[in-house]
Parts: sequence; C-alpha cells; structure tokens
Amino acid sequence: MVMSSLKLQDLIEEIRGAKTQAQEREVIQKECAHIRASFRDGDPLHRHRQLAKLLYVHMLGYPAHFGQMECLKLIASPRFIDKRVGYLGAMLLLDERQDAHLLITNSIKNDLNQGIQAVQGLALCTLSTMGSAEMCRDLATEVEKLLLERSPYVRKKAVLTAVHMIRKVPELSDTFLPVCAKLLHERHHGVLLGTITLITELCERSPAALKHFRKVVPQLVQILRTLVTTGFSTEHSISGVSDPFLQVQILRLLRILGRNHEESSESMNDLLAQVLAVNILGRFLLNSDKNIRYVALTSLLRLVQSDHSAVQRHRPTVVECLREPDASLSRRALELSLALVNSSNVRAMTQELQGFLESCPLDLRADCASGILLAAERFAPTKRWHIDTILRVLTMAGSHVRDDAVANLTQLIGGAQELHAYSVRRLYSALAQDISQQPLVQVAAWCIGEYGDLLLEGSCEETEPLQVEEEEVLALLERVLQSHMSLPATRGYALTALMKLSTRLRGDNNRIRQVVSIYGSCLDVELQQRAVEYNTLFRKYDHMRAAILEKMPLVDRGGPQADEEVKESKEATHLLEPAPVPTEPQASKLLDLLDLLDGPSEDSQQPPPVDPSPEGTLIHLLDLPCAPLAPAPIPNLKVFEREGLQLNLSFVRPPGTPTLLLITATATNASEGDVTHFICQAAVPKSFQLQLQAPSGDTVPAQGGLPVTQVLRILNPNKAPLRLKLRLTYNHYGRSVQEIFEVNNLPVEAWQ
Amino acid sequence: MQFMLLFSRQGKLRLQKWYVPLSDKEKKKITRELVQTVLARKPKMCSFLEWRDLKIVYKRYASLYFCCAIEDQDNELITLEIIHRYVELLDKYFGSVCELDIIFNFEKAYFILDEFLLGGEVQETSKKNVLKAIEQADLLQENMKDKGYHFIMQGINDAHLQEKVE
Repeated sequence: MVMSSLKLQDLIEEIRGAKTQAQEREVIQKECAHIRASFRDGDPLHRHRQLAKLLYVHMLGYPAHFGQMECLKLIASPRFIDKRVGYLGAMLLLDERQDAHLLITNSIKNDLNQGIQAVQGLALCTLSTMGSAEMCRDLATEVEKLLLERSPYVRKKAVLTAVHMIRKVPELSDTFLPVCAKLLHERHHGVLLGTITLITELCERSPAALKHFRKVVPQLVQILRTLVTTGFSTEHSISGVSDPFLQVQILRLLRILGRNHEESSESMNDLLAQVLAVNILGRFLLNSDKNIRYVALTSLLRLVQSDHSAVQRHRPTVVECLREPDASLSRRALELSLALVNSSNVRAMTQELQGFLESCPLDLRADCASGILLAAERFAPTKRWHIDTILRVLTMAGSHVRDDAVANLTQLIGGAQELHAYSVRRLYSALAQDISQQPLVQVAAWCIGEYGDLLLEGSCEETEPLQVEEEEVLALLERVLQSHMSLPATRGYALTALMKLSTRLRGDNNRIRQVVSIYGSCLDVELQQRAVEYNTLFRKYDHMRAAILEKMPLVDRGGPQADEEVKESKEATHLLEPAPVPTEPQASKLLDLLDLLDGPSEDSQQPPPVDPSPEGTLIHLLDLPCAPLAPAPIPNLKVFEREGLQLNLSFVRPPGTPTLLLITATATNASEGDVTHFICQAAVPKSFQLQLQAPSGDTVPAQGGLPVTQVLRILNPNKAPLRLKLRLTYNHYGRSVQEIFEVNNLPVEAWQ
Repeated sequence: MQFMLLFSRQGKLRLQKWYVPLSDKEKKKITRELVQTVLARKPKMCSFLEWRDLKIVYKRYASLYFCCAIEDQDNELITLEIIHRYVELLDKYFGSVCELDIIFNFEKAYFILDEFLLGGEVQETSKKNVLKAIEQADLLQENMKDKGYHFIMQGINDAHLQEKVE
C-alpha cells in the first residue's frame, strides 16, 4: 500500500474541498486508514504529522482512539516537535477515564526532571490539564521541586499545576502551603498570579489555611497598591489599568480573607477604598477625554463627603483642572477644590482659588468668592490672614460676594482689636484706589468711621507707613457719598462714618457738618433721615455726641452655624437672625437712630452701640445678643425615592421665631440619567402659611450631580401638628413623571 | 475555567480545550448544545448567559465565536478580557489572524493558548512573554528537526531565564 504522507495542511485542504458530508467522510476514512498503517509500521520521523492529522479529524468529530498509544510514543521521543504534538494529543485524546493515561506518568516525570524549560513546560501543562488524582499523587514531589526553579517560566507553570493537583487531591494542600509565603515575594507577574490563585484555592478548601493566610493581607494590599499606583506599564496593562488579571485575582483573595473577619477587613478597607476607587478616579482626572475627567471630578466630589483624606491625594490634579477652559469642568473642579480645603492646605488653596477668581467665567465668580470666604472663615490660620483674604476677594470680585460678607468682615475686624490699625489702613488704601466695589466700600467706610483715629496715627508695623491727612479721609468719604456708583446703603455707611469721624478726628468738624447738612435735603429718604438726625445731633445734642459715637463693642455672632442656616435658605432673610436684636424702645430715641440696622444689605447682627450714660436702666443693652443654645438638630427625613432620584427634607426651627419652620428639600440623583424640569410643590393644612422659595435649579444631573435644593417656609402660629403633601414633576429617562404623596413620619420637633 | 470552545458561524468546531475530565460522548453533547444556544443569540445581546450550572462568556470575532464556560464564583468581565487577550495573541502571532489561520494551524492555536492559560487559569499576563515563549518553542522545533538538541535547548534555557521580571 502506498504511504501517502499528506502534509497536515494538504489534508485539511482536501477535507474542506469535500462538497458533501459523505465525501468528507470518505476522505477522512481513507486518510485514517493510512494513518493507522503508518502507526503500525512505526515511522518515527513522521509520526507527529500523522498524529496531527488525526487530531484535526478528531476535532471534526471522528473517532481517534487508536492514536492514544502514539501519543505516548511521541512524548517519550527526545525530539521537541514530537513532544509538542504528543502532549497535545495526550491532552485531547487521553483523559483519566482511559487506562492508558497512567502510562504517561513516567514520561512526564522524566520530562519534569530533565531541565529543559520548554519541555518542562509541556509536561506541566499536560499534567495540569488532564492529570488524574493518581498522576497528581505520583508527581507531587516533582512539581514541588519545580516551584523553586530559577526560571520564572517554569515556576509559573508549576504553581498553577499545584493548583490543579490540590483540586484533584485535596490532601496535597499540606505539601504546597509552606512555599506560598515565599512565592508572594515574587516580582514576576505570572508567578505571582499563580501564587495568588494557589492561596485562594488553599483558603477555599481549608479554614485552617484561611486563618493562616490572613496574615498576608497587608502584603496583598501592598502588592495591589503598587499595581494601582505604578504608572502605565505597557507590558501588563489593558487600557491603562496595570495587570487587571492580577488585580482581580488579588481582590478575589482579599474578599475571601476578609469575609466575616473584621480585622482583616478593616486593614483592607481603608487601603482598598483609597487605593482602588480613588486612585483610579485620580487617574481618570489625567485622562485626555473630557467626559472621563468630568465624571472623575463628579465622583470625587461625591467621595469627598465620605472619605475626605483619600481624595485629598488628588488635590494638585484637581487644582490643575481649575485651569480648564471647559466651563462645566472648571465648575466641578471649583466645587471639588472648595470641598478639599482644610486647615493644612488653606493658604495654598486660597491662593489657587484667588488666582482662579481673577480669571474665571462670571457665573462662577459668585460661587468662587463665596467659597473662598467660607473656607477662609472655617480654616483661617490667623485673623490677619483672614482679613487679608477677605480683602483680596472683595477687591477682585466685590460685586459678586454674598450679601452677608460685609457683615462678616466688619464683625471679624471688630473682633480683632490688634488688627484694627492694620485693617483700617489696608482698607483705606484699597478704597482710595477703587470706590466701585460696593461691599469693599461699605466695609472700608465702616472701618474708617470706627477706627479713623488709628488711621491718622501714621504708624503701624504691619503695613507701610501711610501718612494720611484728615482732609484726605474726609474727601474720600465724600467721594463715596457723591459717587453714582455707590448704592444707597453704601452712602449710608459713608455718611455714618463721616459722622463718627467727627469725634475721632482732631480738626474742627465744619466740613463734616457741612456735608451732613447738605444731605439733609437729599432725595434719598434714608439718607435724608440720617442726615437730619445727625444734624440734630450736632446742633442740639452735641454733648452726647461723643458718647453716642463711641467705638462699637465686639458683636457676638452665631458663628459658622449661622452661616449654615443662611446657606440653606439661599438668600439672607431677615427672620434667620441667630442674634435677635433687642427691640425695646429706649428713652432716648437717638439710640434708635444710631442703630445701624437699616439697609437691606446689612443684616441685623450689629446691635446698637453701648451708651455709658449715667442712666442705669441702659445696662440691659449690654446684654449683647448672643446666639442662644442651638436647639438639637431635627433629624432629616427621606421622603421620596424612585429610580435613583431621592428627595430629602431637612428641618430648621430658627431660635427666636417659634412659629417658623424652614424645610429644605434636597433632590439628589444617583441614577445614570439626568433629571430635568424638576418642580416640587407643596401643600399644607389651612392653618399653616406656606411660602416656597425659588429652587436652586430644575435639573439634577446624573450620578450624584449637584442637587437641587428648595426652601419651604412654613408658619405655624397655632402650633398644630404639621402635615405636608408634596407634588413632584420631572423628566427622567425620557419619561415625564408625576408623583403626589403625603409626607409621613414628620418629626414632632418640626412643630412642637 | 472549565472549557473553551471556538466555533464558526456554521457551528463547526475549530478548537476545544477542556479543563475538566469528561467522556468523549459528553463533550460532544455539550458542544452541540452550547453551540446551538450561542448561535441562537442575537447580535446585540450581552456576552453572558447562564447554561446548566455554568456561566458562559462568549464573544464573536469576525466569523469565529470564542466561548468560555466558567464557574459561579469566576469573574465574567475578566473572562471577556481573557478571550480578548487570546485573540490579540493569535493576531500578533499570525499577523491579522482570520479563521483560516486557525483552521490550518490549529495546533499552533493550542500551543499559544497553553502559554496563556494553564489548568483553566491565567498563567502569564504579559503579552510579550507569551509570544516570546511561542517563538522560542518554534525555534526549538525548527532547529532540532534533524539535529541533536542539547546545545540548542540550552540556548533556549538561557533566553527563558532572562525573561523579564517586573
């Protein structure tokens, strides 16, 4: 019979050329006959080719069992090509159900020991694919030895073979456990991966092993951290993630080790949260894709509430993002930057933010300015720094600051006695340069009025020597008064300041008197009234003037808590004073006049000045209104949740107004789709008065975007139990939604 | 991983790697059923499906379906990455791989797979290292078709020793 030694590829070609199933079968049967004959005749040189053909045919579904012995022969051959095909055949044709399979154990043993890596690799591969329990028992020692081989190529395969062996013969766990600790120090990713897999297998099978390996948790976390923080390494990375295969495997093991074991979990948690989530987000920040950067900033913003320190790590990157030309990115970066300010980085951060303030788009300026001021207030390292910062913000973005900034600053300055001279000088210089920024002008005017004497003293270590003449000061204030840029409130400040200077300055007061009398016929009623009163003070009550115009005492404020409440209502409403002004009428109506409470931009945190007149009944005025003990906060209430959109209510009962309840409704969106056209309406029983203030917006962006807040003001004069019905309408996921519901479980503190 | 199957859109098997011991009959039955199930899936459907007590992760690349069966506790997404990595390796080795390459060089496809996965687990996460190993083995095969192999094999050994460690 002619031996047709078709090449493998030719055979494949021929088979594929067959037009019908029958034809194919014919070709194959013919070829198989040849192959069988070849095996019988024992042609060693082409044996591998014959087997390869057989394997192909086998894949098509044809019987190939007569090739099993040939596999053995090939494996035993010294030629690499033989071994390669032989082992492949073994894996495809031999399995533990065949008796023949045990026969290769010896060959495998020989190949494992003969020191040529490629061959060792083949043997290990086959063993781990089809090795039966018996084979595994026989070869355990060999594999154990190979775990310590110099070559990582062999080691990585040995480790995974050990995994297979343990699966087949669980008792072998004892053999392979000891070496794991050492293998964890591997730097080769393949070996390391195999080791992690091995440890996982061990832990899953034995609680003792689990306990034993808990102590490597720190090491695992360290490896993971290194992986995540190492920069891009092309060799092991997929889409910029360092070796995700290894990471996933480590995570899996950590999950097993940490299960129900608090200590391990603890040590993992901080590191994991930081390392994984935050660092990955941090790297997104550097991504060139804007969308990814935006998402990263948004996610970090959410994270910063729960894990502040982890996000801090990315502060420099976040600050970089401030310079983004893209407005939505820089807005996010601004929010995040403000959230990241703390006492240690406040100086650096405010500097950055001030830089941003100078160049940022107008719509962000207000937020930025407010943010800086708030941060300054919370974290100011020194009062002087604080004053400087506020000054700088006022100079740069004065028209955009919140209304209470003026009051805050005056209070701040007032309280920092050592800084009066400094402040007044700085403010004077600033004012002299620019009288257009109203908040700045107001503060400056107030300061000059209060501390004019210090201004004229001429020396202060902290600023450059400033020689200021009385006339200059008066001229400046007059300029402010006359300027068309000045708001009525500002002019009020200026006028009062002038008046105060009448007692602070040494010169005669003719100029002041003149100005005051001129304004007596001013068209602005407010100014007119003041001027008339001041005039009267000059003419009829001159003896009291000094006393009345004395320096103001320190005002005690509610502090940041008051600010929180102000923030909640979004605009300074008069009823939110934490420090209610004493409203008792006084014997002398002049005291009322000098009450600096008028003007819409000031809020009533400045009580009337002290009058140390002999009338003892005035002593009670010295009971400076201090913030009453903050009542216990009322717990928040989640009232609505649907598909990731959540509505929470928070309640405030401002002290001093027992019938008033302020509810802030906050809508947050954790879903993937934006919520738009969001409108919240409320209804209360007839005995209540309800006022809905303007919401902060009508869109709640997806995935934790900026929430929409709205304040509800409810007056409850009868102190009746509160009932509240809400109606929400919005668009979400392309559908319009309407929900009407009554709020249950309102806390009793809301009305009692 | 319990097994990996590669098959064409006509359901013709191109590669089968079994990591669990099953009889030929069982393997045939599983293959037949699974191929049918996967081929019935519409194009936009996700890559994961539950079948018997296993999770099946599959992805189609041109005319070939790559299908893996994993256990409950295994990670589907990383399995997708495994499939993708395997395709990349094939692509690099064959130079723009297509189904015909795998048909005519099926044993090479196995060899490559065996350098990437071992016993159903990932053994090497560096593409470079996998391809290098195959290269060395191919060289070895060529070089010792007729000659003695000791010296050449030794050379290959040294090359492996220098395998890059991170």
